[in-house]
Amino acid sequence: MHWEFVIAGYAIVFVLLIAYAAAIVQRGRRLSEQVPENKRRYLD
Amino acid sequence: MNRTTGSRLTRRLGALAVVTMAIALAFGLVFSPPEVAQRDAVRLMYLHLPTIAVAYLGFFITMVGSIVYLRNGSVFWDLVAGAAAEIGVVFSVFLIVSGALWGKPTWGVYWQWDPRLTSTTVMFLMYLGYLALRRLDLPPDVRSRRAAILGIVSFGNVIIVRYSVQWWRGLHQGQTLGVDTQLDGLMLFSLFLSLVAFLLVAAWLLIHRFRVAWLEHQLTRIGFERALAERRGDLGGGRVGEEAR
Repeated sequence: MHWEFVIAGYAIVFVLLIAYAAAIVQRGRRLSEQVPENKRRYLD
Repeated sequence: MNRTTGSRLTRRLGALAVVTMAIALAFGLVFSPPEVAQRDAVRLMYLHLPTIAVAYLGFFITMVGSIVYLRNGSVFWDLVAGAAAEIGVVFSVFLIVSGALWGKPTWGVYWQWDPRLTSTTVMFLMYLGYLALRRLDLPPDVRSRRAAILGIVSFGNVIIVRYSVQWWRGLHQGQTLGVDTQLDGLMLFSLFLSLVAFLLVAAWLLIHRFRVAWLEHQLTRIGFERALAERRGDLGGGRVGEEAR
């Protein structure tokens, strides 16, 4: 009972969460290419 | 060679978060029992409550980072504050969506302007404003100082959201977890497991988002140093590669 709400809630949250995580990783890769290696990490 | 924001630490943390989340989903969607009144809609609790906790935690870190930045001008804490605020805003979207979808089968409506929902909307908009402020074209120290002040002030609204169900009467139920919590053992376990899983995901996101912010900060500095070198007519000198921290 009420499974449509449960499935919709979990599906929306996890799709958005995965998309956000992927966007961060992609942005990090793109920016890393533009920054010299010795400056890429705060703690290196 | 660090060509990504990943590291051994984040890969292990990510793997742990995925495994914990998979177990939490199994408990939340399969093993935990339906509730007497709400039936299976109660399973949204394992999604809604942890997202609230992560959003609050993100905004708390923003406040702490903002205070430290105002005290000692630490770039690290300024960037941590910004990264945590973005994660708080993303999880605020999750809590609003999951709350609306939980509200329909339990209250009969997706949304009502009751004190909790209204104060949550205000909180969401305030932190959206905080993120917009961080993107304004201002001198970096001026922008960071203004963002830090807003990051501290905005946390006042988080406290209002937290206690709104106690201070005002509305449609939203009171606290789910407290000293007098009366949840079935398996439901309570599923809730805590889900909370741990979302906290691990948030920690992974925070580290990666901070590293992205650090790269953006470094790019800005490199651009500034190049422009300065060009102005001085010594482009190609040693200052461009100087340590930027």
